[in-house]
Amino acid sequence: MTSLAITVVGHDRPGIIAQAAEVLSHCGMNLEDSSMTLLRGHFAMTLICAGDADSAEVEAALEPLVNGSLDVTVREVPEEPDLPPLGSSYLVTVHGADRLGIVARLAGVIAEAGGNITDLSTRLSGTLYVLVAEVDLPRSADVVALQARLTEVSADLGVDTTMRLLENDQL
Amino acid sequence: MEVIRAPSQILSASASLVDPAHPAVVQLCADLIATMRVSPGCVGLAAPQVGVAAQAFCVDVSAHPKARTSHGLLVLLNAEIVEASRNEKGREGCMSVPDLTGDVKRATKITVAGQLPLNGERVLITTDAFEARALQHEIDHCKGMLFLDRVIGAHALYARKVYLGPGGTEES
Repeated sequence: MTSLAITVVGHDRPGIIAQAAEVLSHCGMNLEDSSMTLLRGHFAMTLICAGDADSAEVEAALEPLVNGSLDVTVREVPEEPDLPPLGSSYLVTVHGADRLGIVARLAGVIAEAGGNITDLSTRLSGTLYVLVAEVDLPRSADVVALQARLTEVSADLGVDTTMRLLENDQL
Repeated sequence: MEVIRAPSQILSASASLVDPAHPAVVQLCADLIATMRVSPGCVGLAAPQVGVAAQAFCVDVSAHPKARTSHGLLVLLNAEIVEASRNEKGREGCMSVPDLTGDVKRATKITVAGQLPLNGERVLITTDAFEARALQHEIDHCKGMLFLDRVIGAHALYARKVYLGPGGTEES
């Protein structure tokens, strides 16, 4: 039983997911978790599938999908245990004039504090850059210090950053 | 007046309290209303959006299909929320962020205290649903906040799909 991580990136057109899923099904690979979106008009998908086929077999089967306009990667990955969260979840939102280094520096601040980004989305809209990240912070993290450091680095970058506790989804 | 678009430091500045009787403040209110009226789909506009760091805004949701309670044209100075409850998620836009919309949680039952221009009469507005959302959105502008600061998750920001005209949005 193998677990494969597959990425498909490139020119968008109707039918990519249908064709990819058909190939995987044909190879006996069960499509587990996946994520797909359009990034600046490009098709971008990542998925995990499991079954008895190996990466070489699946890569060959996906070859027709490539069609000169898509990049496909297939990698065998070990099964990852579902780890419990480190501590509390926070949402960090950033917006400001686009420039080099926004994600690098702010993600660096979060990493230095021991935070783990569990979900991220960034978007460039004209000259406006927006970043929204869900961050898992260990209980030992100094939240106040992290907020101060984010404010400091954001001021230097000329962007506005807010960090707030994410509500638990109590229904 | 020209509506300022993000990115702009003016939109992040905390606005100052204003003197309701000051002629410049009264004129600002008139300008805000006029600008709102000529902007298709605009239901509110705050002074920071026209480059003035003042706690002043206008709101009018009476023509909006999502509005329940509506007080018609509201012009409020030095406004603050005194009571808020029943948070609900809703999609918001803003004239200062014309190409994006986002999911934001707002109170659907609120009471807002503020002053009217000219005589500075203190008023308490209790409202719900869409008008409540609009008031919170404008009060945020006066605190230097955009709806972008309040989106509820990493996948709660969207490219705007409905365009109501140049510069037109469903909310300001």
